[in-house]
Amino acid sequence: MRYAMVIDTLKCVGCSDCVVACQTENDVPIGYCRDWITETVSGTYPNIVLELKSERCNHCDNAPCVRCCPTGASHIVDGGIVLVTHNECIGCGACIESCPYDARYQHPEGYVDKCTFCHHRLEKGQLPACVSVCPTKCMYFGDLDNPNSEVSKLLKNRKWKTLAPEAGTKPNVYYLI
Amino acid sequence: MATSRRKFIKISALGFGGLATASSAFQLFGSNSYLDAAFKQNISNKFKKSATYCEVCFWKCAAWAFSNEEGKIKKIIGNNEDPHCYGRLCPRGTGGVGMYSDEDRLKTPLIRTTINGEETFREASWEEALDLIASKFKHIKDTYGAESFALLKHGSPGSHLEHLFKAYGSDTIAEPAYAQCRGPREAGFSLTFGSWVGSPEPTDIRDTKCLVLIGSHIGENMHNTQVQEMSDAIDNNATIITVDPRFSTAASKSQHWLAIKPATDIALMLAWMHVIIEEDLYDKEYIKKYTSGFNELKDHVLNFTPEWAYGITTIKPEEIRKTARAMAHAAPAVIIHPGRHVTWYGDDTQRARAMAILNTLLGSWGRRGGFYFKEKISVPKFPHPEYPHPKWGWKDIGEKFPLAQMGITTEVMKCAIPSENNKYPVKALMVAGTNITKSIPNKKLLEEAIDNLEFMVVMDTMPMDVTGYADVVLPECTYLERYDGIRSSPNREPSIAVRIPAVKPKYDSKPGWWVAKQIGERLGLSSYFNYNDFEEVIKWQLTKMGTSLDEMKKIGVKNFPRKSGPLYLVEGKKHEFNTQSGKIELYSKELRDLGFDPLPVFTKHPEPPQGFYRLNYGRSPMHTFSRTANNPNLNDLKSENNLWVNPKVARIIGLKTGQSVWLRNQDKITSTFSIKVRVTERIRWDSVYMVHGFGHDNKKLTRAFGKGINDTQMISNVAVDPIMGGTGMRGNFVEILTEDPHKNIKI
Repeated sequence: MRYAMVIDTLKCVGCSDCVVACQTENDVPIGYCRDWITETVSGTYPNIVLELKSERCNHCDNAPCVRCCPTGASHIVDGGIVLVTHNECIGCGACIESCPYDARYQHPEGYVDKCTFCHHRLEKGQLPACVSVCPTKCMYFGDLDNPNSEVSKLLKNRKWKTLAPEAGTKPNVYYLI
Repeated sequence: MATSRRKFIKISALGFGGLATASSAFQLFGSNSYLDAAFKQNISNKFKKSATYCEVCFWKCAAWAFSNEEGKIKKIIGNNEDPHCYGRLCPRGTGGVGMYSDEDRLKTPLIRTTINGEETFREASWEEALDLIASKFKHIKDTYGAESFALLKHGSPGSHLEHLFKAYGSDTIAEPAYAQCRGPREAGFSLTFGSWVGSPEPTDIRDTKCLVLIGSHIGENMHNTQVQEMSDAIDNNATIITVDPRFSTAASKSQHWLAIKPATDIALMLAWMHVIIEEDLYDKEYIKKYTSGFNELKDHVLNFTPEWAYGITTIKPEEIRKTARAMAHAAPAVIIHPGRHVTWYGDDTQRARAMAILNTLLGSWGRRGGFYFKEKISVPKFPHPEYPHPKWGWKDIGEKFPLAQMGITTEVMKCAIPSENNKYPVKALMVAGTNITKSIPNKKLLEEAIDNLEFMVVMDTMPMDVTGYADVVLPECTYLERYDGIRSSPNREPSIAVRIPAVKPKYDSKPGWWVAKQIGERLGLSSYFNYNDFEEVIKWQLTKMGTSLDEMKKIGVKNFPRKSGPLYLVEGKKHEFNTQSGKIELYSKELRDLGFDPLPVFTKHPEPPQGFYRLNYGRSPMHTFSRTANNPNLNDLKSENNLWVNPKVARIIGLKTGQSVWLRNQDKITSTFSIKVRVTERIRWDSVYMVHGFGHDNKKLTRAFGKGINDTQMISNVAVDPIMGGTGMRGNFVEILTEDPHKNIKI
């Protein structure tokens, strides 16, 4: 079992539904977020390319945040999901510094928080909240170890990229391009 | 109420904030950092699930609201059975939570008063506020006639009040959704096909092979079903052609983006018609069978070559030919999308006609992948006595616009300004569910009209800008806290959805139906409100429809089979259109007889003078109208609008991204607030762009106040559509001020 998220940038309209759904699902306080939208514009009018994408923790195979956590609060569970145990976190921020995706934030309660791939929903057989609400259905979630999963097929048949591959973190969020 | 007042109240010494604020819904988990996942889960299992339909925008997607044991809304998700949302809400729907939790909500009725010479609001009981309103209703009826009390409304609360006004004897009713939004296309499409486009648009996007968007920003407007179906169309490799001077989100998903010069769309469409006819690409069978006036059209477009259009639109002739062929190649599975908010340049009905004609040439109306025939199920009317017949109403007020099919807000407002020519005096106004000072342009006219009113009452959930003009403000509870009418949606199959209160109304807010009934009873109209609770009304209606409130509470949405016939035209079967000729009218005799152009013509519109830029505005997916800027969740996603400026322009003026600027329009109207510049290649050098709905001037909106510019404030030059009264709002030009024009003036 190796969970991955695949996001089709050709369909994303950057509406931020994923962001607000995550906030209500996971009680992320107003002013903070576990996922966000980026917009990249290149070219000169009228020859322009626009890329919209929803970003979050990449649940890296080789996660620097886990390596550098002094208390073991950051850890990897089944399926490769990177989690933070809140009551073990001392809020030192080392993981925030080490993450090349800037995916973690300091929760006002003092611990570090970030995307969990909605681990609590996966346990119930549900998709992550962001994936389940996306009105363009541009987000896919599944098991890369299963060659018949939607995510495996998409990565086999479409062009894709990951973010900051040069960081060597082996991320598990893929962007179809 | 003294008539010398009617100054917009900026700061109220009393009222609004007087009551205790409830703790935010988000503090539940935040208050204990050591709650682990298992405990959270335990709590989440106790969530109560209530059926509702969304009221953050007008689309009305069916949803489930989840509330916890403390009676707080925790999350809202789409109803899977709803063909209107396919189980997915847009960000606004998901963020509906914030509409409920917003601590700036109107909390108690307010009455305008003067203390020490200063106008202000004081808190009042419902009893007192309703008595006052009822006395004004009586006074207006006795003195001028019920017709002089007008209603401007939108959405679910609007329909409860519409019932009250009709029972009272007034049909002086209008909503910005017509003359400020989709009216021109309804007129243009009905003239051609004999039927409205309506809402939702019956565009068969999921099955289309070619989607043509002319100034239609699917994805920035989150018209839910359409956004989802456009995504399906992308999966199916459909061709998307976007005509837009701005590189919109939809443009970025398109194979062809035609970066048109603003205000020249009709020229492009005439050239497309020319190519389609000249190259024999039109649907001959369809034209022969279903249409009239093809020869007139053919003659009309003879000279409108792509070369002719190039000089006007700046789109290269080969691009025009290529895209016309792409459409024809996909036909009849092609959609020239009618758009929404189509009030641009005053010749908007004619532009809609051009769209309708193009669709006809390609045979897409009534065809798979084009436009389907939608079906609605009618909800039985809860019995009440017949409405009285008013002596005049919205129709008479709009009489100089022969094809207006609904009330024209601006004409209703003009009736409030006394003059010798004013045959239809409006003396009092009720506003519900619409922030008219931002949805209706020409603020000067609005303020003059409001200033002349004897009485104005506003019902809303939030202290919107418009509440500052009211004599009485009524706090409505949000859609999550009330019963409302049954939503009946016309789609491929008809469906209904219910709205059940998920939680009790917060503060001292009340449902719209209750307000209407309370006023009605005070006016001796009890027989029109023959129920104690609106629950009884929908219970009765649902039983008549073969279901029950109990069943609907469990399922939220019920789908019904089609009865009106097939979804598309049937091969070999005659089809009568609801036009004068029974055919699709390419050439409109009706328009000709009324003295208008029977076929669309291109008219040149003014261009920005030196130093000025055309003000274009649009939608953001996170906000609706000007009503959501303060919603904590949605404000968190987007808290202000930006001014999009082309880098060339930025270089000339010396602008940088993030810099604050002010705007002044061609009529010397200066923006109250500043806006941050966003230098981007996505906008032409002759235009600037901003998202609508910001720049709130009511300080009680603590998050939204003063953030960004109100585009409507800058729209003073309005080109009125002579056919249906729509207010064209794209003809305003602004200059960019880098220094604060108010720095020596206290706002």
